[in-house]
Amino acid sequence: MAEIITDKLCHVYSKDTPFEKTAIRDISLTIPQGQLAALIGHTGSGKSTFIQHLNALLQPTTGRVLLDGEDINRDKYARRDVKWKVGLVFQYPEYQLFEETVYRDIAFGPSNMKLSKDEIDERVREAAAFTGVDEALFERSPLELSGGQKRRIAIAGVIAMRPEVLILDEPTAGLDPAGRTQILDNIFRYREKSGATVLIVSHSMDDVARFAERIIVFDDGGIAMDGTPDEVFSRSQKLVEIGLNVPKAAELALALRRRNIPLPESVFTHEQLLDALLKAREGKAC
Amino acid sequence: MLKDITLGQYFPGNTVAHKLDPRTKIILVIVYIVALFQANGWIGYAVVTAVTAACMALSKIKPSNMFKGIRPMLVIIVLTAALNIFYTQGTPVRPGWIITWEGIARAVQMVLRIVLLISGTFLLTYTTSPIALTDGLELLMNPLKKLKVPVHEMTIMMSMALRFIPTLISETDKIMSAQKARGADFETGSLVQRAKALLPILVPLFVSAFKRADELAVAMESRCYHGGEGRTRMKQLRMQTRDYIALALGAVFLAVMFVLKRYAL
Repeated sequence: MAEIITDKLCHVYSKDTPFEKTAIRDISLTIPQGQLAALIGHTGSGKSTFIQHLNALLQPTTGRVLLDGEDINRDKYARRDVKWKVGLVFQYPEYQLFEETVYRDIAFGPSNMKLSKDEIDERVREAAAFTGVDEALFERSPLELSGGQKRRIAIAGVIAMRPEVLILDEPTAGLDPAGRTQILDNIFRYREKSGATVLIVSHSMDDVARFAERIIVFDDGGIAMDGTPDEVFSRSQKLVEIGLNVPKAAELALALRRRNIPLPESVFTHEQLLDALLKAREGKAC
Repeated sequence: MLKDITLGQYFPGNTVAHKLDPRTKIILVIVYIVALFQANGWIGYAVVTAVTAACMALSKIKPSNMFKGIRPMLVIIVLTAALNIFYTQGTPVRPGWIITWEGIARAVQMVLRIVLLISGTFLLTYTTSPIALTDGLELLMNPLKKLKVPVHEMTIMMSMALRFIPTLISETDKIMSAQKARGADFETGSLVQRAKALLPILVPLFVSAFKRADELAVAMESRCYHGGEGRTRMKQLRMQTRDYIALALGAVFLAVMFVLKRYAL
């Protein structure tokens, strides 16, 4: 079980100073166990602030965060323990690597959990397998590896804690297309095997359209839209108003609709667009 | 937590204090420090305090911001006060006490001296952007170039260091959060444990700082940077009437302080 509920969450940075800034306001969300949700929104919309509340790195100014019905900020120990249950992978996580060897870096999280040596070893190997880190690399220095490999090691470092909720802030930023697909596939494999809830912050609408069960759109510190990809992308007009782009296929469909080609609103993957276009052509032929 | 550091912070503004040539301000700060150390009587301290207050009013810097700058020095200030109170010979406040009237007077004067010293120098960094500051320094130290002192190199290194302080602070914040998310603990444990806990922050910080330095060097070279020789500026610094007035006032202030010292006031 790992259900996250946020209750009227607000966060104000530098409260009572001239630099005061409300980052998120009144966020009430329920993310059920096992869901694969995507968070989208442009820079400064509050996504990063929001996800840092979910493992108690930031404390809400007002409001609560509940994990399985319990307030994660109830005391110091709860605030620490929630970090094992909710794993957070930051943007460009390769900048957090510091150990002399890949193995020890992946083991950093589990050893902070004060596990036995065997348990740590098992978890490191398991996490490395999930993220496609070859065991031959274990004794190398993480700093001399390629960008994609570093990223995978950093994600393995979080997965090694076996989190019930895995949150990733733009896990594919700055990778080549092959690297992007691999990283996403690795994350999905972890979710499948462990039943973990997964939250991904992403800017790539095409990725989001492909994998997410639910899309939560942030705008100006609040939630602008929340629903299945069908529901969210069918309101592409609104997405554009917020200043976000829509998946390439949805963009094309929108442009075609403007030219009076009758296409349904719920087109957002290449396959759907192809089907809709074929149907539209048939309609004309009749 | 790390965002509270105000060391060398610049508060943009449009006052006379902001508009003065950085060279004038640097000279005035030196004059101010020399003048401050001439004060050895109550009238002297009163004059310096009045001048400092006037400058603060001119620059429209809130006193609360000043105190933020003083806070890190609090330990030194308290220590100085305590030492002076207890170790000055003279007439005891009450018979048999170690505390003397002279000690209290000295303590107050020493604390005033430190506070004024910090406030005066902070006025410079609060009203002058780092770039203007290093430009001013470079021009002031220009004569040293004849003695083969690498003035330009020194000032450009300084301005870069200043430029990267906020960047490194935000980077440290990010790395700390990332390690905390992996269960790192920076707040509890013995001194040795806490020092060890810093390693996961320092290593990535150094790695990225070196990388940044490398990239910066390449970026500078690809824009044909080749040292100070023949380099011109977009904004030429020119002394204005107000600069000469300010310098004259500074000279008067210094003269007054010398006279006061002479008569031990």
